[in-house]
Amino acid sequence: MLWNWDYALSILPSLLEALQVTIYATIMGFAFALIFGLLLAFGRRSKIRVLSLISGAFVEFIRSTPLLAQLFFIFYALPQLPYVGISLSPLTAGILGLGIHYSTYLSEVYRAGIDAVPRGQWEAAIALNFSKGRTWLNIILPQAIPPIVPVLGNYLIGMFKDTPMLSAVTVVELLLTARIIGTHSFRFIEPFTMVGILFLVLSYISSLGVQWLEYRLNSRT
Amino acid sequence: MVRFHRVSKSFGDLEVLRDINLEIAPSEIVAIIGSSGSGKTTLVRMLMTLEKPTSGTIEVDGELLWHKKENGRLVPADEKHLRKVRSKVGMVFQQFNLFPHMKILRNVTEAPIHVLGLSREEAEQEAISMLEKVGLGDKLDAYPSQLSGGQQQRVAIARALVMHPKVMLFDEVTSALDPELVGEVLQVLKEIAAEGKTTMLIVTHEMDFAREVADRIVFIDGGRILEEGPPEQLFGNPRNQRTREFLSRFRRTI
Ligand SMILES: Nc1ncnc2c1ncn2[C@@H]1O[C@H](COP(=O)(O)OP(=O)(O)O)[C@@H](O)[C@H]1O
Ligand SMILES: [Mg+2]
Repeated sequence: MLWNWDYALSILPSLLEALQVTIYATIMGFAFALIFGLLLAFGRRSKIRVLSLISGAFVEFIRSTPLLAQLFFIFYALPQLPYVGISLSPLTAGILGLGIHYSTYLSEVYRAGIDAVPRGQWEAAIALNFSKGRTWLNIILPQAIPPIVPVLGNYLIGMFKDTPMLSAVTVVELLLTARIIGTHSFRFIEPFTMVGILFLVLSYISSLGVQWLEYRLNSRT
Repeated sequence: MVRFHRVSKSFGDLEVLRDINLEIAPSEIVAIIGSSGSGKTTLVRMLMTLEKPTSGTIEVDGELLWHKKENGRLVPADEKHLRKVRSKVGMVFQQFNLFPHMKILRNVTEAPIHVLGLSREEAEQEAISMLEKVGLGDKLDAYPSQLSGGQQQRVAIARALVMHPKVMLFDEVTSALDPELVGEVLQVLKEIAAEGKTTMLIVTHEMDFAREVADRIVFIDGGRILEEGPPEQLFGNPRNQRTREFLSRFRRTI
């Protein structure tokens, strides 16, 4: 028999448990990327030259090296650095790695969104004497972010699909769990098929969520 | 109230304004006229701190705008000083520049709340009465994109007025409007002028309007003030050849 329903049902709880780790890593990693990506975008726009150079170099560097190499570095090499070295749990290292990697892509997305806000908006903000912080918070970002929500959403789904990489730093996420189950029972068809379906279902739900958010944001103006 | 002293402005090699000297008294209404590219916008943008003069000084209400005195010497102003002096100036733009993501009421309350520190109730009360004054009391819950150009520009005027600037700058505020909407905006400007509380600097191509409301007309050409004087004199009996040419060219094209 190619597909054994009893077996499939029996492994479902373990897979769902592992899925929680995957979802948790995605949410935390993406939250980190959203915030750090925005900081990188600010950094690149900064009038302080050193800051904008460092931010730019950082973005270029992270974007041109593999995620896997960054994960290895954070998990295995970081603890060995003198003074600054810290040991992170596999999951924390994984979240940090995903977050940093994706933040460099998100920073470019933010940048495009910010650049698309007309100059006149900045000038109106100056004419009304808003502080720099208020200008960003109340005037620029609320106009810069809604148009980039779909792109941010795509990166969220991309990050979700990249979570199996975390198994390389010993995080027991969904795909690794499926492999362990398969190795024990010598049946791989059910676990890997179910992993595929779970990824598909969640990606689909996320894309619906993004569409809904996009609709909500655009219906305001 | 405003004093330009030997102000020049260059963009790279291009000298846009040269040696501008201009004094504006409190509550005075000054109209700036001149052909396109003569530097009118740049002049008012420097007063709004959107453009930095290359040389010279600008004073607003007795305070230097782009400089401050430190041990008797002039040093470039920092952001804090700029914000303090800038609070005396307000501006209305050719393209309105309303905040598209905010409803009309919030467009007008945002700065009083977050810049002046008013409570929401105070700010809304004043915003509503200001919007009523410009004839838009029924549009509080609309978004800017739902209004006509003339209505948007009146909102922009209300938004600037609730900050109670001592000096208001208007840069060709009717130039982006369909001809039939120009009148309603000029009417609002006339009302502000009639109140006599605000010093106004109006860049305009509406000569009849300028003649009617302005105390003084300033003609700018090629980055210099070529002639200034009361409307009757400048329109009726211009001294400078370039002014005469400009005005006659204008009458022909209108
Ligand atoms: N940011 C800028 N960079 C370079 N040139 C500019 C800039 N702003 C204005 N100029 C130039 O300065 C001159 C005066 O422009 P402006 O003050 O807008 O004139 P006006 O408002 O009288 O039409 C024009 O030649 C214009 O091209
Ligand atoms: Mg202009």
